[in-house]
Amino acid sequence: MRDLTLTTSDQLKKRHAKETRFQWYGRIAILISLSFLVFMFVAIFFRGAGAFQQTKIGLDINFDQTLIDPTGTGDPEIIANANFKPLITKSLAQAFPEVTGRSETRALYKLISSGSVFELGNMVKENPELIGTSQKIWVTATSEVDLYMKGKIDETISQDLRRLKDRDIAWVKQLQESGVIKRKFNTALFNNGDSREPEMAGILGAALGSFFSLLVCFLISFPLGILTAVYLEEYAKKNRITDLIEVNINNLAAVPSIVFGLLGLSIFLNFFNLPRSTPLVGGIVLALMTLPTIIIASRSILRSVPNSIRDAALGLGASKTQTTFHHVVPLALPGMLTGTILGMARALGETAPLLMIGMVAFIVDIPKGVTDVATSLPVQIFLWADSPEKGFVERTSAAIIVLLIFLVLMNLLAVYLRRKLERRW
Amino acid sequence: MDMETEKKVVANQAIMTARNVDVFYGKKQAIDNVSLDILENEITALIGPSGCGKSTFLRCFNRMNDTIDICKVSGKIEFAGQDIYSPKVDVVALRARIGMVFQKANPFPKSIFENVAYGPRIHDLAESKAELEDIVITSLKRAGLYDEVSDRLEDPGTSLSGGQQQRLCIARAIAVDPEIILMDEPCSALDPIATAIIEDLMESMKRHYTIVIVTHSMAQAARISQKTAFFHLGKVIEYGETEKMFTTPDNELTQNYISGRIG
Ligand SMILES: Nc1ncnc2c1ncn2[C@@H]1O[C@H](COP(=O)(O)OP(=O)(O)OP(=O)(O)O)[C@@H](O)[C@H]1O
Ligand SMILES: [Mg+2]
Repeated sequence: MRDLTLTTSDQLKKRHAKETRFQWYGRIAILISLSFLVFMFVAIFFRGAGAFQQTKIGLDINFDQTLIDPTGTGDPEIIANANFKPLITKSLAQAFPEVTGRSETRALYKLISSGSVFELGNMVKENPELIGTSQKIWVTATSEVDLYMKGKIDETISQDLRRLKDRDIAWVKQLQESGVIKRKFNTALFNNGDSREPEMAGILGAALGSFFSLLVCFLISFPLGILTAVYLEEYAKKNRITDLIEVNINNLAAVPSIVFGLLGLSIFLNFFNLPRSTPLVGGIVLALMTLPTIIIASRSILRSVPNSIRDAALGLGASKTQTTFHHVVPLALPGMLTGTILGMARALGETAPLLMIGMVAFIVDIPKGVTDVATSLPVQIFLWADSPEKGFVERTSAAIIVLLIFLVLMNLLAVYLRRKLERRW
Repeated sequence: MDMETEKKVVANQAIMTARNVDVFYGKKQAIDNVSLDILENEITALIGPSGCGKSTFLRCFNRMNDTIDICKVSGKIEFAGQDIYSPKVDVVALRARIGMVFQKANPFPKSIFENVAYGPRIHDLAESKAELEDIVITSLKRAGLYDEVSDRLEDPGTSLSGGQQQRLCIARAIAVDPEIILMDEPCSALDPIATAIIEDLMESMKRHYTIVIVTHSMAQAARISQKTAFFHLGKVIEYGETEKMFTTPDNELTQNYISGRIG
């Protein structure tokens, strides 16, 4: 007999069990991928967080005119070329009167970053009134001192195995007692280019390199990509040739990026002789790489514009071009822009092709345009990760954090533009 | 408008003539040797079972079939004495004189004003902003929509109801001042009240325009049209006065279709 109660069938139980099981598989899958992500973020954050602070030592510096500008000319040229090292050594001698002897004083001076003299030089250049006065200046400590202050040097191991000897540690402790050694916000990280000294190394050069590369990439790939997509989708007749083009665009999207780097090397550098290691060439290579992605995304957006809109315009006597540029493209533009930004976000993280065109050099200067030599953020991360100095470890993670922040910002911008500009039809 | 009174006196003339028209989609023939005349200031209804080629034939009149790659039209269609398929014809100018309203209302995702103003703008019909506004308002009035939207011309056209959207599309077509308006099942997505409004509208529009309408509703064809063409499998089986067609059709097929025995 047929079971007429609606609640107690065996099948129902089985179906429920199946559904529940399946839901749990899904939840577990999400949990696993999320935990990888969280692990990655936490690890990077903990490693990199320290790099946003830098140990500074407060020294009473006497900006002695006889050392900086002996004849009192006030000429910026002379000030720029002055030797600021004696200012620091003198101040150190005052702070540590008990330290005498050549090798001792030299070891003491080694607590201070060799970049400090340039910092002092820049300070005086910007503020010539400093000359003749005495000031308390927070100069940058070396990366070894910095690591010690951040608790990353194990005092218990034999001092032969460390660069910071017991004597150095004693001096640091002495400075600590008099309260003139402190961790401060690491401005060098954001204001400087690359450096051999971890404490002086910054990401500004690499970030600007990335910015200029992406600028070139956008200026090339956006118009080219959109024009190609519009032509293929709205104008081109469907035939063998367009089929072939379509297949090849899809193939290009799957080509490994290093191949584009090799192409850039042989065509733009060797054949066209464009300047090596510059954002100009980097941007062109990245544009080649992102073009297929942009074209594919834009075409699918154009395809999603309903034909009734085209019919409406054509039926009113609008020409093909008017129909396309008054109605279809404006409707598709937000989507195309989003696709482009996502493509650019991928380009921002791209390293391999840039290695091939020489954007991997050690570059201290901050690029001022697309034809200055530069690196990019991911390449900088690669370079630092490859450096033997321990001080670069946390800077590598800090650079990764900055890169991730840029990536997240770009993705948010894409989402925002889609939400903001999207029109319903 | 003294032209109008004159027209009333003279018997209506053919504004559009089709002679031996064949249409192929690739190898498939959709229209087979069709000849008929469309008379000025009349409503001509095209009826017939689904897939018989009504839409295809209608789209021949403003060359909308050009947008379909595989569609080939042969034969002769003349509008105001000119062969519209002659290579010299400017399709854009042709479509400005022969407007179209589609089955599904398709306003642009712009304001109501912009929807109507778009046609006059691309054809340079208005010399000033005031004149453009004038055209928009007149068109909306003729489409019987103005009273409902006069206070929200800046709202998106897509925010209107289905029937209002269809009247907006009619206003948009009227705004470029065409001579003929082609309508492909304009009421098929509308309820009876909205349909009645649009039928009244067509009745009043007849004074200014010639209308060709595809419809699936026998009642609608009977109510509004003066001439009816019955299509079957790509051929015109019968064409003539609507009244005669619905009372004493010559052909048995027509008789069967009208009485609902084939469909
Ligand atoms: N774009 C097209 N490509 C290929 N064949 C088409 C196309 N449009 C229409 N056809 C074919 O042409 C024939 C006539 O189609 P059409 O749309 O004109 O019919 P219809 O009378 O308007 O039908 P309905 O009343 O359902 O709208 C049909 O057999 C259809 O399959
Ligand atoms: Mg149809």
